[in-house]
Amino acid sequence: MHLDFSPEDLAFQQEVRTFIAENYPADLRGKQDEGDELSKEDFLSWHKVLAKKGWVAPAWPVEYGGTGWTATQKYIWSEETARADCIRLMPFGLSMVGPVIYTFGSPEQKAKFLPGILSGDDWWCQGYSEPGSGSDLASLRTKAVRDGNHYVVNGQKTWTTMAQHADWGFFLVRTNPDAKQQEGISFLLIDMKTPGITVRPIITLGGEHEVNEVWLEDVRVPAENRIYEEDKGWTCAKFLLAHERTGIAGVAASKRGIEKVKTIARAEMDGDKPLIANAFFKRKIAELEMDLTALEYTELRSLAGESAGKGPGPESSLLKIKGSEIQQRLTELTLEAVGHYGAPYFRGFGEGDNAHPIGPDYAHRAAPTYFNTRKTTIYGGSNEIQRNIIAKMVLGL
Amino acid sequence: MDFNYTETQDMLRDTLARFLADTYDFETRKKMLVRPEGRDPGIWQALATELGILGAPFAEEHGGLGGGALENMIMMEELGKVIAIEPYLQTVVIGGGALKHTGGARADAVIPEIIAGNAVIAFAYAEPQGRYDLANIRTSAKADGAGFVLSGHKAVVYAAPWATHLLVTARTCGSIRERAGVELFLIEANLPGIVRRDYPTVDGFQASEIYFENVAIPGDAHLPGGIELIEQLVDEATVAVCGEAIGISRKLHEGTLDYTKQRKQFGQPIGKFQVLQHRMADIFIEVEQIASMALMGALKLDTPAAERKAAVSLAKAKVSRSLNFVGQNAIQTHGGIGITQELAIGHYFKRGTMIENQFGSADFHLGRFEDLTLAD
Repeated sequence: MHLDFSPEDLAFQQEVRTFIAENYPADLRGKQDEGDELSKEDFLSWHKVLAKKGWVAPAWPVEYGGTGWTATQKYIWSEETARADCIRLMPFGLSMVGPVIYTFGSPEQKAKFLPGILSGDDWWCQGYSEPGSGSDLASLRTKAVRDGNHYVVNGQKTWTTMAQHADWGFFLVRTNPDAKQQEGISFLLIDMKTPGITVRPIITLGGEHEVNEVWLEDVRVPAENRIYEEDKGWTCAKFLLAHERTGIAGVAASKRGIEKVKTIARAEMDGDKPLIANAFFKRKIAELEMDLTALEYTELRSLAGESAGKGPGPESSLLKIKGSEIQQRLTELTLEAVGHYGAPYFRGFGEGDNAHPIGPDYAHRAAPTYFNTRKTTIYGGSNEIQRNIIAKMVLGL
Repeated sequence: MDFNYTETQDMLRDTLARFLADTYDFETRKKMLVRPEGRDPGIWQALATELGILGAPFAEEHGGLGGGALENMIMMEELGKVIAIEPYLQTVVIGGGALKHTGGARADAVIPEIIAGNAVIAFAYAEPQGRYDLANIRTSAKADGAGFVLSGHKAVVYAAPWATHLLVTARTCGSIRERAGVELFLIEANLPGIVRRDYPTVDGFQASEIYFENVAIPGDAHLPGGIELIEQLVDEATVAVCGEAIGISRKLHEGTLDYTKQRKQFGQPIGKFQVLQHRMADIFIEVEQIASMALMGALKLDTPAAERKAAVSLAKAKVSRSLNFVGQNAIQTHGGIGITQELAIGHYFKRGTMIENQFGSADFHLGRFEDLTLAD
């Protein structure tokens, strides 16, 4: 057991660095750095570069378009993309429905849907949560009634991230109202252009339009778009939730986040010294690095287990809990660091000139990002639910 | 010792609370925010003329109601309960406070205008490099004949776009961070050479960057008292936002408690889950301590400077910590709906978050307390 990269790994690291330097879209540079909201085109421009190279889905099996990288190579990849501040790809196709399709789908379904996910030609969204079904996801009420070769779907989904751009959605729907909650659910792939679908924006606290309500009224879905067996969709849902949780730790991105906090703390003055010399603030950064390192090595141990054949299990809830808390803490320290300039709301800035700036650029999104990042302990199964999973599934309580 | 409010103080609270209940519901507030001026100036006029309560902390000889810090706290608590976008803190507590402390002809002239609702004052004290150190001032006021010339840049001046007057801290002599030479000036807001960049704030207010480009001001703009006066004013303002924090945190608690009773998951109200019961109990505990510390701060405002500063710093540090806990847990308990613009709860969270660092973060105030009381 050791931490050293082999010569092959070092060569791979160099290859990745060179590839990013030469191929990362120029107009995306710095965008993630400033927390800009990204357009569909922004997301797709990096996605397409990676798809062309064959590096868009490192987690997938090679036969479906994965890279065949070792766990160490995957680690290097996530480190290097975070270090270079590459934007993160939308997870809904690549990390969520893709693995469900290649794990549970029929050969026809794999052939039909996986290429569009890899190429980026199909933008996916996730139809899970409902207004009455958040943490208690299995209580969902959107129903699908069989009518010949179709299902007729009626109901309402919510918190549907980036549904405003979506070509396809994967939905949990109730196909058997008489069965026990988890046993009457099916997993449907729905073309978002089907008549009867209405997408309405939900504006979040920082003014962002990321999430939506999706209304379904008599939406006719071909039965061939059901993944796995009827009424057995919960199996797919559980599989997907565990997959969602592993990526959610966000270790590499948080490492980069700590570097950004340090940069801000070096620029901000506290009396005659930079803020980073303030003993209290410095200690907070050190504590965050401590927590992040603990998370990183927990994730590495978990990944080692996975490459030894253990699938992501309920212990991935640990990664989600600590990862999300660290992401929030980063935004909290940033907001504290920028002082008075946390208050100006950048969406309301009018015309101005360089002689009369409104604080440093790094301050402009500190508060909206802090507000928005409260979501990380709520989405993907709230942290309360994750603790329930650990208590029940890991500890047997 | 007496912790009871007087009948007059109770009446003040009731009058304001009733008025705000009628005029300041969440939907009406939303509409105010999207008006070009970012507020409804009619509300301020009504507070002045219809209710006649802008004089709450002023002496009767100026047309006031004869109150002080407790009256300001009561007002701020009630304004906090509706997340009011009204310049009470800036105009009455700080601007009015400066005039009360210095007295004289300026006080006689301007205080009645505040009470009448005609004068709106913004407090231009922060600077880009200064954080919460009130003496970390670059803006200069150079003597020039009978008056002064102001030059410099003031950061994030709340209420400046609405102001008739600016209360400005500036240096008449000495180097940056030196206490001696920092003085207070009350000037007209529209003097030649004052350049403003206006913007909304994340908590729904309007504010400005203010650039003084060789602004000639008259000699009587100077309100004598130096850094000691400025520190006293900011301590009074700090206690006032602690009062606002009572209102904000009570509404965060109340809204979240209601939600835990109504929201059903797993076949029962989520408030039936012990983990959330304990969380609600903890929120309750923090809210009560906010109320206690705000009151303690208000009752200590008239003590000698060292005692006053130590007390205000302890109060603000605790209020900041508690607000952080209450706000974050209110949102977490609501889940996704807490992060939307649709519900009031997120807007209370935003204002509460801004109060955390206003006039100094918890770390800043714990540091000031240590310097004052824990010297080796």
